[in-house]
Amino acid sequence: MTTIDGIDNGVNVQALLDAREALKGAPEAAQFTWRSTTRWENGVHSTTTVRNFFGLGAEQTHKAESTFTADHPEVFAAEDHGITPIEYLLVGLGSCLAAGVASVAQNRGIQLRSVEATLEGAHDIRGILGADSDVRNGFNGVKVTFNIDADASREDIEALVAQSQKRSAVFDALTNPTDVTVEVA
Amino acid sequence: MERTTTVVVGAGHAGLAASHFLSERAIDHVVLERGDVANSWRRERWDSLRLLTPNWQSRLPGQPYDGSDPDGYMAMGEVVELIDRFAARTRAPVRTGTTVTSLRRTDDGYHVRTDQGEIACRTVVLASGACNRPSVPRLSEAVPGTVEQVTPFDYRGPDQLPDGGVLVVGASATGVQLAAELRRSGRPVILSTGEHVRMPRTYRGRDVLWWMDASGVWDQRHDEVPDLPRARRLGSPQLAGTPDRTSLDLNALTATGVELVGRSAAVRDGEMLFSGGLRAVVSLADLKMDRLLNTFDAWAATTGTDDEVKPAERFEPTRVPSATRLRLDLRGGEVATVVWATGFRPDYTWLDVPVVDEKGHLNHDGGVVLDSPGLYALGLPVLRRRKSTFIHGIEDDAREVVDHLSGHLARRH
Repeated sequence: MTTIDGIDNGVNVQALLDAREALKGAPEAAQFTWRSTTRWENGVHSTTTVRNFFGLGAEQTHKAESTFTADHPEVFAAEDHGITPIEYLLVGLGSCLAAGVASVAQNRGIQLRSVEATLEGAHDIRGILGADSDVRNGFNGVKVTFNIDADASREDIEALVAQSQKRSAVFDALTNPTDVTVEVA
Repeated sequence: MERTTTVVVGAGHAGLAASHFLSERAIDHVVLERGDVANSWRRERWDSLRLLTPNWQSRLPGQPYDGSDPDGYMAMGEVVELIDRFAARTRAPVRTGTTVTSLRRTDDGYHVRTDQGEIACRTVVLASGACNRPSVPRLSEAVPGTVEQVTPFDYRGPDQLPDGGVLVVGASATGVQLAAELRRSGRPVILSTGEHVRMPRTYRGRDVLWWMDASGVWDQRHDEVPDLPRARRLGSPQLAGTPDRTSLDLNALTATGVELVGRSAAVRDGEMLFSGGLRAVVSLADLKMDRLLNTFDAWAATTGTDDEVKPAERFEPTRVPSATRLRLDLRGGEVATVVWATGFRPDYTWLDVPVVDEKGHLNHDGGVVLDSPGLYALGLPVLRRRKSTFIHGIEDDAREVVDHLSGHLARRH
């Protein structure tokens, strides 16, 4: 992997920088489509698989198919075969920000020893239950707390975390409205 | 057809500085100006605006500031007077009331068409400004018709707006200044804040722009700036040229009752939707400010300047309410006006030369326009140095660009 002054967080920053330069002149190649397929199992239990996506002008395939089980906990009178769908948003946000921290650290020559993000999504479930029309369905707020051990000052670590938010796909998708179309095929 | 060696487009500080150095080299030229000298400063600014830069920095080639208030900030009338005086002193060959309608290449230079006739020339200096048009996002089209929309080009003062609340979109220098002025007029003000540059007005007892100048930050050359495209499109810092020299950051605004919300992301069903990422942009701005202050401190320590200034200081982090609102009903009457303080862009629609990229930016290297020999630009942000963005930055830029232009003319003989 790329090393800058012996720093190695396992991120190939050079490849990312090269891609940035290459795609500046080829915006069409930068158009990606991510896909997933969800199959209902029973009750509020479903299974989602992810394998293919489109990008760099061609169909692409992950090395392996990934499977995600979603259900609801027993306090929701469900069987709890897997995590709740809204928890997948935390999975996405935490992993996206962690990837960003590692990439930015590599680019800035900061060696990471450990990175841990704890996420909390505040959710008033009266919204989804229809108990109070003034309560929204989604999170009221999400709090992310990073614990980072690295060869860097607190200020530099805060800057890593700030920059990772600036370049995070999931942070953007959660904080800004997205046009969503749902149809019956 | 009339012929000259060089046509300069625009008689603001940049075009006139170009003229000054062209005259010094006895290069035959004219300066074409659509309106009057310093036209944008006369007609495209709001009433209360003052320069961000202190008076002592309002210097032009051969014309240092010689007034009695070096630490003050010029009102627009004073800027016009400054530039008028420079035009008169340099006896610049300005033709006012002459609008350039097209510019195209010829075998031996350029053909300039104006509403007053045509001129053939060998070289052209574009000095028509960086802020010809307000840049307003597409989402403005979905704002309900009951809400008044104004840009900084329309805005003159609070009295002109309808009664009621105002949503100011954009928190760079323009946005924070207009938010403050509108709040002072008694209106409820909501400020929609994306990425911004926070700066204290004074640091360690000196104007923050003294530090930018003295520490050499502003002298950084364009080819040394790490991310030049970003530096060139960066919004202006949250500063105001007020006589009391107070900071106009977000903390100052919220202390007067301005409500902060995130970046304006979309208008949907008559509602403005704001980003939930306000805290992220605010902490980035705080971190970047501290980094800048660190470089000032390091410079002061190594140059022995520490004794001439007050002790190092740090400012309170930006206060963000625990929950900012994510939506605003534009039909509910809470807001009567939206002010788009979302930046400005140059107007190159009259250029019939393929030198503008798909985003409307001129392709140039330090003011030498790429792939169009004999075409130059002056007066754009970070053109050759960080200080190029400011009035006093024009001297070095204009000298060097006219140097290059002169070399081009010599090669063609």
